[in-house]
Amino acid sequence: MKATEQPYAYATLLERLEELYEVEFTWLKVEQLVAGLVNLDRNTQDFILGWAERLLTTNVYISHEFIIRVVEALDRLERRVIEAWAVHAADTFDQQGLRPALAVIQQVDSFLESAHAHAEGVAFDEVESILSTFVCGLSGRRLKLAQGESVYTDSETLYLPNITAKLVKSKDNFLLCKAQVAFMWAQTRFGSFRVDFATAFADYPDRQQALAAFHALDTLRLEAYIERELPGLWRDMQHLENLYDETSCPSPDKGRLGGVSLRLQSPNATINDVLALIPEVLGQSFPPRIYQPRLNPEAVTACMLARMEREKILLRVKLAELVKEHKEETPPDLPLSGEEEEKKEVAPPEFEMREVQEGQGMELVLDDKPIAPPEDVKQLLTSIMLDWGDVPPEFLVPAGDGEYDPSLYQKEEKDIEDVWKGIYHEEGAFLYREWDFARQHYRKNWCVLRELELPPGDPAYVDKVLDKYQGMIKHLRRTFEAMRDENRLLKRQSQGDDVDIDALVEALADSRDGSEMSDKLFQHMHRADRSMAVMFMVDMSGSTKGWINDAEREALVMLCEVLEKLGDSYAIYGFSGIGRKRCEIYRIKAFDDLYNSATKARIAGIVPKDYTRLGVAIRHLTEKLNTVEAKTRLLITLSDGKPEDYFDIYNTQYGIEDTRQALFEARRTGIHPFCITIDQRGKDYLPHMYGHANWVEIDDVKKLPLKVADIYRRLTS
Amino acid sequence: MENAANATNHALIHDPSTYLIEKEPYYVPVGNEITLFEAAYANHLPLLLKGPTGCGKTRFMEYMAWRLRRPMITVSCHDDLTTSDLVGRYLVKNGETVWVDGPLTRAVRSGGICYLDEIVEARKDTMVVIHPLADDRRIMPIEKLGQLLEAPDSFCLAISYNPGYQSVLKELKQSTRQRFVAIEFDYPKPALEREIIMHETGLAPAVTDKLLKLAEMTRNLKDNGLEEGASTRLLVHAGKLISKGVEPRAACQGAIALALTDDSDMIAAINELIGALF
Ligand SMILES: Nc1ncnc2c1ncn2[C@@H]1O[C@H](COP(=O)(O)OP(=O)(O)O)[C@@H](O)[C@H]1O
Ligand SMILES: [Mg+2]
Repeated sequence: MKATEQPYAYATLLERLEELYEVEFTWLKVEQLVAGLVNLDRNTQDFILGWAERLLTTNVYISHEFIIRVVEALDRLERRVIEAWAVHAADTFDQQGLRPALAVIQQVDSFLESAHAHAEGVAFDEVESILSTFVCGLSGRRLKLAQGESVYTDSETLYLPNITAKLVKSKDNFLLCKAQVAFMWAQTRFGSFRVDFATAFADYPDRQQALAAFHALDTLRLEAYIERELPGLWRDMQHLENLYDETSCPSPDKGRLGGVSLRLQSPNATINDVLALIPEVLGQSFPPRIYQPRLNPEAVTACMLARMEREKILLRVKLAELVKEHKEETPPDLPLSGEEEEKKEVAPPEFEMREVQEGQGMELVLDDKPIAPPEDVKQLLTSIMLDWGDVPPEFLVPAGDGEYDPSLYQKEEKDIEDVWKGIYHEEGAFLYREWDFARQHYRKNWCVLRELELPPGDPAYVDKVLDKYQGMIKHLRRTFEAMRDENRLLKRQSQGDDVDIDALVEALADSRDGSEMSDKLFQHMHRADRSMAVMFMVDMSGSTKGWINDAEREALVMLCEVLEKLGDSYAIYGFSGIGRKRCEIYRIKAFDDLYNSATKARIAGIVPKDYTRLGVAIRHLTEKLNTVEAKTRLLITLSDGKPEDYFDIYNTQYGIEDTRQALFEARRTGIHPFCITIDQRGKDYLPHMYGHANWVEIDDVKKLPLKVADIYRRLTS
Repeated sequence: MENAANATNHALIHDPSTYLIEKEPYYVPVGNEITLFEAAYANHLPLLLKGPTGCGKTRFMEYMAWRLRRPMITVSCHDDLTTSDLVGRYLVKNGETVWVDGPLTRAVRSGGICYLDEIVEARKDTMVVIHPLADDRRIMPIEKLGQLLEAPDSFCLAISYNPGYQSVLKELKQSTRQRFVAIEFDYPKPALEREIIMHETGLAPAVTDKLLKLAEMTRNLKDNGLEEGASTRLLVHAGKLISKGVEPRAACQGAIALALTDDSDMIAAINELIGALF
C-alpha cells in the first residue's frame, strides 16, 4: 500500500530533514540529501528516513552520513543488510566513538566491492551466537568471536567481518562463516602457529612471497585434518569452493601442488613439513580458497608471546593451589613419627604429564597418582600444549609462596565491552540486552542499569495513610488472613495418610444397609507450603506526577500492611531513567529488608523522575526475584502507562515488543508477571505485552490491594 | 538391554520384592566401584551414587543386584513423593481397610535392595524417613502400624544424586549425605564408552567414534550454555536409532540435540556440530 503512495516532494523532504538535523544549530547541509531522496519511491524514502531517525538517537553526524551513503548502496544491498550496517555503525559509536563509527559508514564502498550483487548477506550478530557455541564445542583452546575488518585470527580471537555477502544465498553465506571459523580453529588446533614468524622466513629474500607459500601449503595440511576430523564440514567447504568457482573466475589449477599436497595430507604432517616444503613451491601463485582467512603473523606473534609468558606462571600458581587443596583433602591417616613427618614436608610435590593410553591424551599426575584437575587447569594445560606441543617440565613446578605477582598472570582485559564499561560507565552498572523486534534479534549489552538509593521521604507519611484508610485496611487484613495457608486436615479423601474413622464408620453402616460404600475414607494432612515471593515494580516516571504517584504510594502502604500478615516474602523496587545508558532502579524494600521505619520512609520518598524503559527493569528484577527460594514467584508492575523513553525508538512499537519479550523471558524462568495499571490508555497494548488475563486497570487506589488478593488467590488455589 | 531371548507381546508380571535378575546385566566396571559396593554391603553401610544422569548408575545397581542375588526395588523420586508413598498406607478393599506396604517397607521386609533414584527431587521432609535406616540402627518405624522393622543383614539402601545441578534447592542436605558411603560416577573413559556403545547398539567402530566425538563436543559446552553434556545414555539412544537405519544426522539431532536443550540457538549450534561430523 505504501508503495502506491506518492513520494514526498522536494519541499516536504527539505522541511523534514531540516527539522530532523536541527540545521539552524548544527549547520549541517541537507540539500544534497534531499536530492538523493527525492527520486525514490515512498516506501524507500520511509525506510531511509526511519533509519535516519533511529541513528539520530545515537549521533547526528552518523545519521547524516548514513543518508549520504545509503542512496548509492540501495541497489546493491538488501534492506536487511543495510539495517545491519546501520546498527553496526551505531554499535561502533557506542564502543569506540565518533570517528571509527563514521569510518564504518564511509567504508560501505569497499564493502560493496566485496559483496555479491543483491546478496543475501549475513550479519555478524546473526551468526555470532551459534558459531561461538560451535567453536566452543570443538576441542582445544577456548576461542572468542569478534568483528573485524577482515577474516583472521590472532590465535585467541577469531575475527569475522560485520557482514558476509560473498555468496548469493544467505544459507551459503552462513556456511562460509562457519567454514572460516572452523578453518581458524584448525589453525590453532593443529599447530599452524608453532612457528617463529620472526626468524623462520629470514632466509627468503621476499618475505611476503614466502609467507604466501607457507599459508597455501598449510591450508592443504589443515584441509586434510578437517577432512579426517569433520568430514561433514569438509563437504560443505567443497560445496562453497564450487560456488565460488562458478561466480568468480575458476582457479587455474588447484592440483598444481599435487606432489607436495600428498605429503601434507599425511596424518603425521606437521607445521615443520610445511616450512620444509616452501622452497619447492616458492614463486607460484596460490589462488585463495573462499574460506581461507588472512594470515596475520604480527597479531599471532604478539598474542602468543604474551600468552605463553602468562600461562607458564599461571599454571605454576594453579598447581601450587592444587597441592594445597590436595593436602587438605587427604590428611595423613597414619600417625607419623617425627622423623618421617619432616621428610614428608621436605619432599616437594612432583607433577608430571603422562600419556593415559596409546592415543588417549595426557593426564596430570601428582606424586605418581593421576589427579583430575579442575576445569580451568584442564583448559590451561590444553592451551599450553597447543602452543608448545607438550607441557615443558619447568611449567610443572608449583609456584612458591608469594613468588609471583598476580599482575604477571592476570590477563589485562582488552575486551571491547570492558573498555566500554570503563570509559562510559561507572563500576557496578549492570548490562542488559534488548529485543529489536524489527530485526528479530537482541542488541547485546544495550542497556546500562544502575541500582540507586532512594532518599527517604517524610517518616510520618505511612502513619497518615494508615489513618486515612483505617477501615479499608481492617477489611483487607481479613481478606488476606483468610488466604493464609496453614496445615489443615482434609477429611474424606480417597487417599491419605490415615483412615478417617468417621467416614469409615459411616461407610460400613452404609454397606450393611446394602447401599454403595464410599471410597472416600481417608484423611490427609495438607501441608502449608504455598511459599510465595512477590516483586513489586513501581513506575517512577515523570508521567506519574500527581495523583498517580500518590495512588502508588498509598497502595504500597496498604499492601505492606497486609503482606506482613501473610508472611510471604516481598520486595519493592522503583524504576525510571533516561535513555538506554541511564536506566535506574531504586531499592525501596529488598526481600531481606524489614518493613521498618527506614523502609516506610523510602515508600514515602517515591517521587516521579524521568522515563519508563520497562524491558530492562523487568530483566533486572526478574534476576533478583529468581534468587529467592519460593514455589511461586510473582512480578507485579504498578504503572501508569506504556513504555516510553526520551526521544527514542522506545516510544514506538519497539518498546512494546521489547517489554513483551522481557516478560516472555521472565515467564520462561517460571515467574508469573502481572500488570496493574492506573491509566485508561492501557487497553490497547497491555494484553499484547502481558497476555489477556494478566493485567487489570484500576481507577481507585482502594481497589489495588484487592486486585493483588485476587491475583494471589488465582495462583494459589 | 537386549532381551530378544524372551521377546513377547505381553508384559511379564514380577513381584519386585522377590524378583531376582537372572541374566547378568551388561556392565563394564569403570573403577573400583564393585569392590567398594561389596565392602559397604558386607558392613551394612548405605550407599550414595554420585554422578551425572545417564552415566550408568542404574545399570550398576542392576548389576550389583544380580551379583549379590538380591531383589531390587527402584523408586524414582519426585517432588510429590510423600512419606506414605515410601512407607505404606491404608487402602480399602472389599469394604475393609487394609494396610499396603510401600516400596521401602517391602524392600526392608524382604531383605532386598532399595534404590532411591534422584533423591534430591523428593520433598525434604520425606527424606527423613530413611535416616534411621541409614545409620547403624537400621530400623524403620511404621507409626501407623505401631511397628518397628529392623532391617535384615541382606537389606541394602542406595540412593543416587546428581551434584551437577547448580541450584541450592537441589543440594543434598549434610544430615542425609553424611550417613552414606559415596561412590563417584562419571561418563566412562572413551575406550570404555566405545565398548559400551558398540555392545548396546551393535554399531560399527567408525560411527561409534563419531558419536564419541560428538559426546566430547557437547561436554565441552557444559557451563557454556548447556547444563550437562550428552550422557552415555543419549549416545546409546542415538546409536540404536542409527543401527535401525535412521540417517545419522537425524538420529543425533533427535536423540541428542533436542534431548539436551530447548534453547533454539543452542540446538542450532549442536546441529552444526553434528553436521560437521557426519
Ligand atoms: N559402565 C557401563 N556399563 C554398561 N553400560 C553402561 C555403563 N555406563 C553407561 N551405560 C549405558 O548407559 C545407559 C544409561 O545408564 P543408566 O544406568 O540409566 O544411567 P543413570 O542411572 O546414571 O542415569 C545404560 O542403559 C547403558 O546402556
Ligand atoms: Mg537412572
